[in-house]
Amino acid sequence: MTPQEYAVILVYSTSYAIRAEKVLLKTGIRSKMIPVPRHLSSDCGVCVRIERADKEAAQQALEEVGVEMDSVHDI
Amino acid sequence: MIYFDNAATSWPKPPGVAEAMTRFLDKVGANPGRAAHRQAVESGRIVYDTREAVCELFHAPDPLRVVFGLNVTEALNLALRGLLRPGDHVVTSSMEHNSMMRPLRALEGGGVQVTVVGCSRQGVLDPADVEAAIRPDTRLVALNHASNVVGTLLPVAEVGALCRERNILLLVDAAQTGGAYPIDVEADGVDLLAFTGHKSLGGPMGTGGLIVGQQVDETQFEPLVRGGTGSRSEHEVQPDFLPDMRESGTPNVVGLAGLQAGVRWVLERGVEAIRAHEVALAQALITRLRAVPGVTVYGTLDAELQTATVSFNIAGMAPSQVGLRLDDEYGIMCRVGLHCAPTAHKTIGTFPDGTVRFGLSAFNTMDEVETALAAVEGLVQEAR
Repeated sequence: MTPQEYAVILVYSTSYAIRAEKVLLKTGIRSKMIPVPRHLSSDCGVCVRIERADKEAAQQALEEVGVEMDSVHDI
Repeated sequence: MIYFDNAATSWPKPPGVAEAMTRFLDKVGANPGRAAHRQAVESGRIVYDTREAVCELFHAPDPLRVVFGLNVTEALNLALRGLLRPGDHVVTSSMEHNSMMRPLRALEGGGVQVTVVGCSRQGVLDPADVEAAIRPDTRLVALNHASNVVGTLLPVAEVGALCRERNILLLVDAAQTGGAYPIDVEADGVDLLAFTGHKSLGGPMGTGGLIVGQQVDETQFEPLVRGGTGSRSEHEVQPDFLPDMRESGTPNVVGLAGLQAGVRWVLERGVEAIRAHEVALAQALITRLRAVPGVTVYGTLDAELQTATVSFNIAGMAPSQVGLRLDDEYGIMCRVGLHCAPTAHKTIGTFPDGTVRFGLSAFNTMDEVETALAAVEGLVQEAR
């Protein structure tokens, strides 16, 4: 079994992360809120982890409903 | 026992409210937005879902533009003190509660200009009088949606339309109407809606907030309190986005869990159904109280034009005496006096003695109204 490859979507606050999670759930994209990896930001907040294969679909889904994203990174 | 003090705070709370609060304390408990472990995330979801419930009730489009706080007073302070600058002109009504009037009077001392538009003795505001009070430098019109003294509804949608035409912001204090009377912030042209959780929304005390419309530039809107938000922690300056910029410090999640359950109950029951029930009770109360010799009922005397809050007096008896005897002898709890709204009592002609106020809710019944009417009749007969 190959280790899962992930990406994270950084958002402005927990409220945005919860909103993103709800939108992704409706789109059928699996996500999980995790602490923001230290090498990406010193923010103490949360970000949204998705499978790397879903990265573009997730970004598109969030853009469509106007969820603002800070940045997207492979981890 | 009959609880008729719902205009101050509602009781009992809808089923599910206490359970939601207990569940939070027993099973969740964590600080929302401050960590990413499962209980913190669950706590954050409770807060977010409460934002969504409030948006659904008031037809607001964006859950992130709901700013939670302690109560409507804090929300009004946030709106008024956050928005108004020296030289700005604001229009308000003569039916306001001190939660509106006191911050406005304090701002007036700092150079904000305030025009108080007079209402009729029934508490009715004519939108034409608001229009006449608007000046080129008017920044804001600030009104309660319904009087906490006599329940009279103010013409919020009409004023909203004339504010929109002139690019003036409208702030509405929905303390007495949220959950009891339909509110649609978009259709009614409300830019800032201040609400409290502990009245007809069915939530606990210590919950409330402000819905900030898309027309309000939040960057021009000073926070009253700054501090930790769980976001942008690397910066020593306050974040510049909603809701974090206006919500510093650990929020009242246990209260918001209860508020969410209360709002969900209102949505399930339906505001229109709650309204119909309350109109029926209020109309019976008004009509029958007016028929008692020596009783004066204030306001429009038409339940369709007001909330289920009915103010009256008994000739020859001080309101304080009526209130004490209703509680002691009949087990009826109400509120007497000036109800924190001296300007409203001046408008309806009951300053400084005040009135006896029966504030009804979705949980009161026609049997309770009958019992209360019999009690008032009893007091009047003894006084004669």
